[in-house]
Amino acid sequence: MAGLGIGWWGVPLAVAAGAVRAGTPFLFVSLGELLTEKSGRINLGLEGTLVMGAMSGYGTAYLTGSPWLGVLVAGVTGSLFGALHAGLCSLPRVNDIAVGIALMLFGTGLAFYLGKPLIQPQAPSLPAIQLGWWSDVAPVRDALKINTLFIVGALLAPALLWALRSTRWGMIVRIAGDSADAARAMGYSVNWVRLAATVTGGFLAGIGGSFLSLYYPGSWNEGLSSGQGITAVALVIFARWSPMNCFYASLLFGGASALGPALQSVGVTSGYYLFNAAPYFLTLLIMVLTTSSEHRLSGAPSELSITR
Amino acid sequence: MATEVVASSVAADDKRAAASHTPLLRREVLGPAAEAVVIPFGALVVSLLLFGGFVALAGVNPLDVYSYMVLGSVGSWFSIQNTLTRASPLILTALCTALPAQAGLMIIGGEGAFVVGGLAAIVAGLPLAGAAPAFAVQLVMAAVGMVAGALWIALAGALRHWRGVNETISTLLLTYIGIAILNHLVEGVLRDPASLNKPSGYPLPDADMIANIPGMDVHWGLVYGIVFCVFAYILFFHTTFGFSARMVGGNPRAARLAGLPVGRLVLIVTAIAGAAGGLAGMVEIAAVQGRASATLAAGYGYTGILVAFLARQNPIAVIPVALLFGGINASGGLLQRRLDLPDATVLVLQGIIFVVILASETLFGRFRIFRAKEN
Repeated sequence: MAGLGIGWWGVPLAVAAGAVRAGTPFLFVSLGELLTEKSGRINLGLEGTLVMGAMSGYGTAYLTGSPWLGVLVAGVTGSLFGALHAGLCSLPRVNDIAVGIALMLFGTGLAFYLGKPLIQPQAPSLPAIQLGWWSDVAPVRDALKINTLFIVGALLAPALLWALRSTRWGMIVRIAGDSADAARAMGYSVNWVRLAATVTGGFLAGIGGSFLSLYYPGSWNEGLSSGQGITAVALVIFARWSPMNCFYASLLFGGASALGPALQSVGVTSGYYLFNAAPYFLTLLIMVLTTSSEHRLSGAPSELSITR
Repeated sequence: MATEVVASSVAADDKRAAASHTPLLRREVLGPAAEAVVIPFGALVVSLLLFGGFVALAGVNPLDVYSYMVLGSVGSWFSIQNTLTRASPLILTALCTALPAQAGLMIIGGEGAFVVGGLAAIVAGLPLAGAAPAFAVQLVMAAVGMVAGALWIALAGALRHWRGVNETISTLLLTYIGIAILNHLVEGVLRDPASLNKPSGYPLPDADMIANIPGMDVHWGLVYGIVFCVFAYILFFHTTFGFSARMVGGNPRAARLAGLPVGRLVLIVTAIAGAAGGLAGMVEIAAVQGRASATLAAGYGYTGILVAFLARQNPIAVIPVALLFGGINASGGLLQRRLDLPDATVLVLQGIIFVVILASETLFGRFRIFRAKEN
């Protein structure tokens, strides 16, 4: 009962807190997807990567007692899925969107299979930084509990922007994404560049998954992720392939996800499921409003199959 | 000029065929068809071997797994009927992916059409139940379910054509929205107060349920699916409409230049696909579950995507592939009980098959044996 002390004011507060809390997995997955897409390939399998990350991170944290080790293992698991995606897509005639769908189903199935024994036990959670020590109101203190991973993600967005814009590696990734021929002409292997980008993207998506199981909601079950991965993919399009826009969009989507629970906490329970679907409505609406059938989206990597 | 070229090339073909003593049909038609059967079949064998390795890691003898899979899918009359029953929704949900694929769209929201179709069907059927003959109730339910599914997927088709919204992402988002609507209604206005532990809607009376095929414990839904496949095959491969739709899939720009109404074709194709998904949901409600509940979203839509890919998006090939996956699903229970494997084992196998099938795409055109002789 988060909003008990301050009544209806609890709703915007919980939404703001949710923007940070529920937005963190969106942030990591969308930054990972952004990097992959910048290299010219789309990975729809990040939904599966997210769930695998959540499961493997939770399992590791439970077995070793260290949530940070869990985050690392989740990232490595995500990289493996990224490598699988990139490896399959580098074969001639293999379609990246189809491989993504396959890995979405494979990752989810594998996570459910391996995660069966993890539903009961309680793993240690990631620590949070208490920024609300000055307040006596419980919901305010609750809202200002910021997880370290969010701060990492918030720093990662400008870092990725800088890396893509101003470093040699960023330039190579962008060339591979804008013109495979140009990259080849310059002597870079397009497949290797995309492998590196997809593996790194998978690492970030895996970390996003570990946030789900190790912090919020903070347990492992089969209903843990319902579409955050795919929403994050759509979010990258909405963010026009800009890391900073990904950050703002993640906050927006996090806030939308928190709407249902926030309203429930002040006693509005009737439309609970509909409010929970708010992020999907929002994604669809934004895609309808911001895309166009006539001209290419600005900022889209030219090699990307999804925008051609 | 053009006819001359065609005529001379036909003559050359005839000469070549005569010279090599191989009838045209054997290599140039049967070759690609054989390739489309042999490569996926090989991929399936590889997947089963990989899956065997996977269960071996879990300490289970792969040979036990294989034998229980055979036993659970075709080992007895009971399991054969079980396989057929489980295949019937897959036939229809696979069409939901396969038909738009013919027109170049990758739709993965069959689960959404399934849920929305089933939900709409039961909402339309309940007030009629008891007031109208069972046949009429089912007809209305099927019609409403198909229309609901058609609108659901056609929405994604329309957004794709007129707003450039990627249909793969939009259909998946629509699935989550559809499931949310289902849960909202089942726990709200539709809820039967008698369902305490698991919220569900009011039941359809037994008299109005879809009956079994005489002599079997398999409902008529299987036949609906097969009829739909045959209809879709004729429509897509033997009519002008189908040719136009496939032309849109092959080369949208050429289709537009040829004056084809691309938007209308996309709308109709996605509507037919959605109708297949909606009908699957209606059958699930009216033949199996009898009432709306959260279990309606059991993943038939997702398995349907895999069936469509393995069938290489061909509506007729969907039938045997759906039977195969019906068998895999049917054997899942036996694997769970006898070998103590988790229920997600079937999902892992499906995932492995999906990945290997896509990897095998790269083999097409690599084998000389399937090619026409080049002189």
